[in-house]
Amino acid sequence: MTLPANAQHALDAFSAAEGWENRARLLMQWGAQALPELPEALRDEAHRVAGCETAVWLNVEVHDERLRLQAASDARLIRGLLAVLIARVNGLDREALKGIDIHAWFDQLGLARQLSPSRTNGMNAVWQRILTASR
Amino acid sequence: MLPSPWRPDFPALSVMEAAGLTYLDSAATAQKPQSVIDALTGYYTAGTANVHRAGHAVGERVTEAFEATRGTVARWMGAADPAEIVFTRNATEAFNLVAYGLEHRFSAGDEIVISALEHHANLLPWQQLAARSGLTLRVLPLHESGHVDLEQAATVIGDRTRLLAVSQLSNVLGTWQPVQDLIALARQQGALTVIDGAQGAVHQRPDVHALGCDFYVFSGHKLYAPEGVGVLYGRTEALAYLRHWQYGGEMVRHAEYHRADFNPAPLGFEAGTPAIGAVLGLGAAIDYLFRLDPAGVRAHEAALLETLLRGLRTREDVQVLGSPDAALACFTVADVHATDLAYALSEQGIAVRAGRHCATPLYQHLGASGAIRVSLALYNDTEDLDRFFRALDKALNLLK
Ligand SMILES: Cc1ncc(COP(=O)(O)O)c(C=O)c1O
Repeated sequence: MTLPANAQHALDAFSAAEGWENRARLLMQWGAQALPELPEALRDEAHRVAGCETAVWLNVEVHDERLRLQAASDARLIRGLLAVLIARVNGLDREALKGIDIHAWFDQLGLARQLSPSRTNGMNAVWQRILTASR
Repeated sequence: MLPSPWRPDFPALSVMEAAGLTYLDSAATAQKPQSVIDALTGYYTAGTANVHRAGHAVGERVTEAFEATRGTVARWMGAADPAEIVFTRNATEAFNLVAYGLEHRFSAGDEIVISALEHHANLLPWQQLAARSGLTLRVLPLHESGHVDLEQAATVIGDRTRLLAVSQLSNVLGTWQPVQDLIALARQQGALTVIDGAQGAVHQRPDVHALGCDFYVFSGHKLYAPEGVGVLYGRTEALAYLRHWQYGGEMVRHAEYHRADFNPAPLGFEAGTPAIGAVLGLGAAIDYLFRLDPAGVRAHEAALLETLLRGLRTREDVQVLGSPDAALACFTVADVHATDLAYALSEQGIAVRAGRHCATPLYQHLGASGAIRVSLALYNDTEDLDRFFRALDKALNLLK
């Protein structure tokens, strides 16, 4: 399966990064530059992802059968995690979304630990919400 | 360099150290000394049995050990009688037991008083009781330092107050609360008193007799004992106010199809098979604490906290919440999100806690979205703090 172009960029960049510091720097860069930002006006209770200690807002829309995601968070590294998550699934149709193994994706980026159930960063909750909302 | 003479008693510390992990999250749950692990292994190896029921020799031996632990706990915390010690699953269950057990004594318009810094465990059972019974929940305000304001407390605690439930040591601010004075205020009004000792009991051996409280609550797992056991101390007269709340085996004295009567405390509040192994482990943990020099432990923990606070305060932009007296400190850093900081610390093997520490209303009150909590136990040393500060500097360097 070919990756969306943005996902391929992420994979190239993160595979080349060594050590947690470089990965963290990349995450911050992706969070600042590549996150489809949810407009301020939509950061309300309805868009807030429950289950994150840190406030995370997410909007899932489907246009012409394609997923369109926007997200926001005040935490820079969380924004980065959201950006690489969204890079993997944005623009996919429902069928393609079903085939995504999100753990494998984070693992490829060297970020597997960020999806562990004990994390309060909420990436698991975000992923569940994407799946539910796109059904 | 301040080594901990008790560190070698805790095998997990060297295992974690070998894995590059620094454990500074003991306020969430503590590591266990070898003697507690041995007690658990010994119990399961020598043969388990259910307590209070079996007529056989194994059952007798286990029941004896179980009841002896009740005696150990009673002696340790200054209770007058082992029957004043009820084993629960944890502190949370103890608060719920008291809230449900006392429900019948309160009526609409009565007031329950808590403080602004309570853990959810000592907030929600009262909040929900108030909602069920039309009571008013009143909240004691804090000084800037993170201590309950006694002057204001004297005006909040009044003739409608029926119950006061406050924490002895804050799990967010690390502040010892003036519980003695608060208990006196409540008693003047004839109110019952509940002390949350979940953090306090770990850093100062409780003396319920001196405190004069009606109930005192703590969890085994923070006190170097296994999870699955908590303690509700209740003064004999106060325990008698409680209605039974969970029904089943062990707590019943006589049962027929259509009626039953029940045991008094403590067994009447221990429905079903208790966490026998965990209770025996708690006994071993307290035996362990009995063997330590309390002044030595206190001095060690005080020196660690001082080192921690000094290190935090000398760093620019680091803001410590309140004025911690013991055990832990929470801090924020200007323009750095606590979650990002936690991420960077965790990547470096530092186990601290980020978030709101089960005290969301307190954080709303402080106007902070979250903080990092560094918490200490008797097995920590300054080496742990050095590693923490090196990691913190690296993290700040990256995030700023
Ligand atoms: C002050 C305080 N009270 C109550 C509790 C609840 O303890 P447990 O979760 O063991 O019931 C905690 C634990 O986090 C605490 O710190």
